[in-house]
Amino acid sequence: MSNLTTAAYLISSVLFILSLRGLSHPSTARRGNFLGILGMTIAIVTTLANPGVLSYKEIGIAFLIGGLIGTSIAVRIQMTALPQLVAAFHSLVGLAAVFVAASAYYNPSAFNIGTVGAIPMGSLIEMSIGTAIGAVTFTGSIIAFGKLQGFVSGNPLVFKGQHFLNLLLGLGIIALIVKFCIDQNQELFWLIVAASFVIGVLLIVPIGGADMPVIVSMLNSYSGWAAAGIGFTLSNNLLIITGALVGSSGAILSYIMCKGMNRSFLNVLLGGFGGEQAASADGVKDDRQAKQGNAADAAFMMKNSKTIIIVPGYGMAVAQAQHALREMGDLLKAAGAEVRYAIHPVAGRMPGHMNVLLAEANVPYDEVLELDEINRDFSETDVAFVIGANDVTNPAAKTDKTSAIYGMPILDVENAGQVFFVKRGMASGYAGVQNELFFRDNTLMLFGDAKKVCEDIIKGLEN
Amino acid sequence: MSEISNQLENLSYKAQQIANEASQLASIVVDTSGGHSDFIIFGITVLVLACFVGYYVVWSVTPALHSPLMGVTNAISSVIIVGALLAAGPIDSAISKYFGLVAVGLAAVNIFGGFVVTNRMLSMFKKK
Repeated sequence: MSNLTTAAYLISSVLFILSLRGLSHPSTARRGNFLGILGMTIAIVTTLANPGVLSYKEIGIAFLIGGLIGTSIAVRIQMTALPQLVAAFHSLVGLAAVFVAASAYYNPSAFNIGTVGAIPMGSLIEMSIGTAIGAVTFTGSIIAFGKLQGFVSGNPLVFKGQHFLNLLLGLGIIALIVKFCIDQNQELFWLIVAASFVIGVLLIVPIGGADMPVIVSMLNSYSGWAAAGIGFTLSNNLLIITGALVGSSGAILSYIMCKGMNRSFLNVLLGGFGGEQAASADGVKDDRQAKQGNAADAAFMMKNSKTIIIVPGYGMAVAQAQHALREMGDLLKAAGAEVRYAIHPVAGRMPGHMNVLLAEANVPYDEVLELDEINRDFSETDVAFVIGANDVTNPAAKTDKTSAIYGMPILDVENAGQVFFVKRGMASGYAGVQNELFFRDNTLMLFGDAKKVCEDIIKGLEN
Repeated sequence: MSEISNQLENLSYKAQQIANEASQLASIVVDTSGGHSDFIIFGITVLVLACFVGYYVVWSVTPALHSPLMGVTNAISSVIIVGALLAAGPIDSAISKYFGLVAVGLAAVNIFGGFVVTNRMLSMFKKK
């Protein structure tokens, strides 16, 4: 690699770091994205200038087709479907890593790693690890995509001996890698790919739909490690640095999500949490009565409030209620109330999902606050308006040691003067735990579709 | 005078030859000693340091922008296209080349898709 090439790759790496740095504040974020594009352009142009790269026509066609597909998907996708889009994109990085590794195996001289059948041991190890991570990322992301999109049931699929089977397969892959590094046999290479595909599926099927934020972040991390693995095969620092950035980013996001649920990463990975079975086990026993209100009452009370905090959750996204909600907020602001939004770390199906949806509905980002920033203010708030969230508001997480969600950080909505809880029915939330909040004196349930309820309140406010 | 200049020319020619041989030797040494295995240690150094950079940079990202963060990291992880381009580069029509071309296409979907969708998200974040 010439010095000029190395320098150009270094510039790309720095631009990628600055690109992530830009995301520290919304005002610099777009510049950050632009720096990322610049870094990628430099990386591609530098590689095209490599003397070994000659088939410009074919590359151009492949690049153009891919670019067109990617762009047309990205401009059309609905913001509520972001999580599955990201999962689908991760799968492509994983598959690309597999193809690059396969190519390096069949034509090692293009990557300066010896000749066919005589690839140095070090390169073989890196190649096979990169392949395995890429393959796991591919099928794992496909399953995550299926669960988020609804192609595959969001319920956890658990069967006896599941973890034992995974362990066996994992050991099998290690054995295959060892054998492959000695024999350099092509059947072994494809066996590694196949076994990794299978384990990718098995790892994700036991994990429930609402744990997907952790999984999407984890797969984000894997796609980075796959890129870093290929970076070792190519002796290319740019890939290693970028892979490490992406890998640590995904790992940190998974950690934040786990902490938001007070669960260990291992507990999420082992799966089986939530879903319909858990929901029916606990919910039916309760015969207490929750107070029910209607939109007109809510409109009247909120109109006369000074401070209102809105707590959105995944249900808001499902009902596409964000626009109606913002309109309701605008009317309340016009009536003289202070309206703010409180976001729990695990609200939605991917990290930061609620923030994007509210931004899409033109809610200014400085009215949208994180749990730590706003939680203390609930006690001085007239009205808490919970829409599409459930478990993240359950006070039992603080008091009931037997509860499945005990210890999870929650939004203290019960401290507000009045709580309105928008919900379709009395069913319990994802964790399968009945929400104590429903039976509090200051809680009024507003049953119905989130969007419909918001629209009804808007009508009430306009009268 | 002309003799001296001839000798000088000779000398410089010989020096060049020696230099050439030396560089050839050096490259052979690098090849046989596995210049690559040296890279592993170097690469791991880079990897570890980059993880630290990643750790501090990502913690500084505001939680409100975690979705765009995933969009950007998704796009830049497609830097794997560097490997795909090298694989697709040769003029021949070996299977390795087609693997490379497929990888170029897949990575391109991601690069464009990732950056475009992130830009869409970020353009919606507005202040009061």
